[in-house]
Amino acid sequence: MADALLTVDGLTKRFGGVVASDNVRLDVTRGELHAIIGPNGAGKTTLIGQLAGEIVPDAGRIHFGGQDITALPVHGRSLMGLARTFQITSLFPHFTALDNVALAVQAHAGHSFRLWRPARAENELQEPARAALERVGLGHRANTMLGSMSHGEHRQLELGMALASKPSMLLLDEPMAGLGPDESARMVKTLRELKRELTILLIEHDMEAVFALADRITVLVYGRTIASGTPAEIRANPDVRQAYLGEQQAVTHV
Amino acid sequence: MAQLTPRNVLVATLLVLLALLPVYCTVTGNYFLMSLFTRILILGMAAVSLNLIMGFGGMVSFGHAAYLGIGGYAVGILAKEGINSGFIQWPVAVLVSALFALGVGALSLRTRGVYFIMITLAFAQMVYYVAIGLDRYGGDDGLTIHKRSEFFNPLNLSNRTIFYYLCFALLMVTVYLVWRLVHSRFGMAIQGARSNDRRMRAIGFPTYRYKLTCFVIAGTICGLAGALLANHTSFINPSIMFWTRSGDLIVMAVLGGMGTVFGPVIGAIALLVLEEALPILIGGASQLVTGHEVQGAREYWQLILGPMLLLIVLFARGGIDGLLARPSRG
Repeated sequence: MADALLTVDGLTKRFGGVVASDNVRLDVTRGELHAIIGPNGAGKTTLIGQLAGEIVPDAGRIHFGGQDITALPVHGRSLMGLARTFQITSLFPHFTALDNVALAVQAHAGHSFRLWRPARAENELQEPARAALERVGLGHRANTMLGSMSHGEHRQLELGMALASKPSMLLLDEPMAGLGPDESARMVKTLRELKRELTILLIEHDMEAVFALADRITVLVYGRTIASGTPAEIRANPDVRQAYLGEQQAVTHV
Repeated sequence: MAQLTPRNVLVATLLVLLALLPVYCTVTGNYFLMSLFTRILILGMAAVSLNLIMGFGGMVSFGHAAYLGIGGYAVGILAKEGINSGFIQWPVAVLVSALFALGVGALSLRTRGVYFIMITLAFAQMVYYVAIGLDRYGGDDGLTIHKRSEFFNPLNLSNRTIFYYLCFALLMVTVYLVWRLVHSRFGMAIQGARSNDRRMRAIGFPTYRYKLTCFVIAGTICGLAGALLANHTSFINPSIMFWTRSGDLIVMAVLGGMGTVFGPVIGAIALLVLEEALPILIGGASQLVTGHEVQGAREYWQLILGPMLLLIVLFARGGIDGLLARPSRG
């Protein structure tokens, strides 16, 4: 793994009797879009929780950009360039779209023990924030309060916030969750643009999107990685077919 | 900023009235009114500081009166020991409050929701019982402060008008400082943490240290208000920091409006004026109805105040301030 940006080795997490992550191995190469798929309860969310730092693994190590980040707190990982989005939209409802993104910029613009100058008047924060909004197609909604925006726009904003922190890698937890066909298509388009400049780890249920976007796919079943390879390899893998019996059609027909 | 909304008109009117009140009181000799409003200014300052953490930071502290007590006792104890200089008393009041806030905050901010409320309450009650145990300083009965804090010459706190204006100036400075703070990067971080702490950490904010700093700033301001309060009443006893006092501060913030920096000042005025006015109104009403004033009717003023608070909480989420600001939107 000469150019692995993110390496996960032997990651294990138990919740009581349930082994949510069972000796998970994962290598995400710099520049690739790596998707993680798996049936419900496969431990995808637990995995992303551990990668983001919200869940402490029982065993195993996580390396990011050559550094061991297993013990690094959530905010420290973000500051290293590992940004994430949430499966269930997680934003700042009291603020405008621009404020939301500006906060993400601010987090990465030095410490915030600046008690005097009005933050909303700082171009240093506002301009990158506007740029990030433009990227996700929300430039015209900058001053809209979140309450009056649609779910699809919230999903775009999730992504905009992650981008505003100028990450080297994105952890996307089901970015298509709850989107209609049009909105999904837009999200796929945005992600396709992003994958040119960023390393992305994508967790997603929408198989169509996964097979359209991913360079490599890792399959997680009962907390274990059962296969890892290109979309074509994954499609041909008998173990994967086995695990996805119910969803076989989705895998084979794309 | 300077739009002519009903809300801004009210704030401007209040400020002018507050600024001119001593003139009226001196002319009419109504020193009760001046004393009441000195108290309003001081508790308004405490409520503004509480609202910094509660309204903007989402940290509902149910022990904010502890800082009033600490600030007050710092002045009282030093005065009793013969140190009357305000240059010593006030910095001590502020410093001890800050240290106490640091300790309480460092522990309580590791919890959330109801636990946070209960821990802040527990710490405040602890200080309350410590004060009761201070036999040398009056214990339960409290301590009379024979001399107000001494500063350089024109700033003579024994002069009611000068003391009033000092409180007024400090309240204005507090409102301005908090206003700057809330809109700064620090303030955005604090408000973000109230709104969604988890997301704040995910985008790279170490929220704990910002919240703790905010908690200490609020405690420090309230400690100064405590020093003022002790000077105002020339007396200090443990009830200054009983938990109901913390509740009063919360009510002021909620009543006035937690969404703005000035809201709690409106709340302090409303609550304390109602406390004085309602008994008189009830007395008057009973006289109208029965022809003579009913014995003890005045004591039931809280029966009116309670439902009023309830209505505000139920139907005007932004408090009095929010109620007035609303038409500007439509």
